[in-house]
Amino acid sequence: MPSEPLPFLRPRPGTQPPYLYPDYASTVKRSPRRALIRFEHTLSELTGPGFADRWAGPDATDLTRQRKGEPLGERIIVEGHVLDENGRPVPGTLLELWQCNAAGRYDHPADQHDAPLDPNFTGAGQVVTGPDGAYRFVTIKPGAYPWRNTPNAWRPAHLHFGVFGAGFVTRLVTQMYFPGDPLLAYDPIYQSTADAAARERLICAYEPALSEAEWALGYRFDLVLRGRAATPADPG
Amino acid sequence: MADKLIPTPSQTVGPFFHLGLDRPAWSDLTADNPTGQRIAIEGRVLDGDAVPVPDALIEVWQANAAGRYNHPDDHQGDKPIDPRFRGFGRTATDGEGRFRIVTIKPGPAPGRGNALQAPHINLAVFARGLLQHLYTRIYFADEPANAGDPLLSSIEDEAARRTLLARPEAAGSPALYRFDIVLQGANETVFLDV
Repeated sequence: MPSEPLPFLRPRPGTQPPYLYPDYASTVKRSPRRALIRFEHTLSELTGPGFADRWAGPDATDLTRQRKGEPLGERIIVEGHVLDENGRPVPGTLLELWQCNAAGRYDHPADQHDAPLDPNFTGAGQVVTGPDGAYRFVTIKPGAYPWRNTPNAWRPAHLHFGVFGAGFVTRLVTQMYFPGDPLLAYDPIYQSTADAAARERLICAYEPALSEAEWALGYRFDLVLRGRAATPADPG
Repeated sequence: MADKLIPTPSQTVGPFFHLGLDRPAWSDLTADNPTGQRIAIEGRVLDGDAVPVPDALIEVWQANAAGRYNHPDDHQGDKPIDPRFRGFGRTATDGEGRFRIVTIKPGPAPGRGNALQAPHINLAVFARGLLQHLYTRIYFADEPANAGDPLLSSIEDEAARRTLLARPEAAGSPALYRFDIVLQGANETVFLDV
């Protein structure tokens, strides 16, 4: 009988946000109060959905060409790799993207921010990563927008990413921010992760080599998922 | 450890995730007519004030009717893969915090060592206000194998253990089960640190 697959590593302290983070008001009534039950990974945690056969639908990687005309805003290229923490590429996994438009408004009925919708921008995309874990999107830079967490609070510009990885417990939903954004210092969602080096993971890097002359600015953003332990006994 | 990369921190899905994640067809895992007993799981997501959560997203992952996962790391050669069953689903809650998943009842999958786990569906809960998604499991209240399940047996508090049991509500096809997800408070669902 083949040996059991190796468990995934546990996050190091401070490198993931807590459930209760009162500066982000919505966590106060939505965070569990009882301790979570920890147990060793079984096949249920070590396996997860695969997407290499494209059952989730065709890639949609150019968000500037989804409607009749061109969306308003600063065109950007976002590319990178999905990796695990051991540095290995994660191929054939689904990466989903959603974002607001250049004015800071989502094409979503619950978004009532007084900023214009863009008839040429939906703000949703998806891609299955290549054999080397690579992905690339073309989109427009999202705007900042106000939210009601505290008076006069503004979310820094961000893209939402969701990605799966090899097992159900490698699932990650996160947000990508832009370098040098002054709103990051005031944003409790960004600040909720205590470890400064871990927070840096959330900020893309401007990379001149990724920019396309006279057309779009290029940013690099790698997504790093949990990796497997080296041995069954590795406590992570 | 030193040469390891730090995994990307989780961030909330926020209130507008439907734009990128809502896929209504994914709430029915039986679209390709897999082998197994049809079941529907209905429930609500509630916050610490028992207020329904209208902006939550549920993802499910489960074994097929034989207890085998559709994944290359499941090497149970004695159990068939069902090419008609992927085992992954997703649904968003509605304005009243309700959700519904249609699937098949999973078979028992192996645990660590020689243990056998009772049939269960693995669940991830995402919402505005959850900086990380929460994991839990749906077991079936009318399943005799629960008595030998390692995870259920490890929960000494009877009321807490009951939060992981979907209650049968109606026979038929699909058979209807109810499973509420309480994020906080007296009836708080048992969540898993996996």
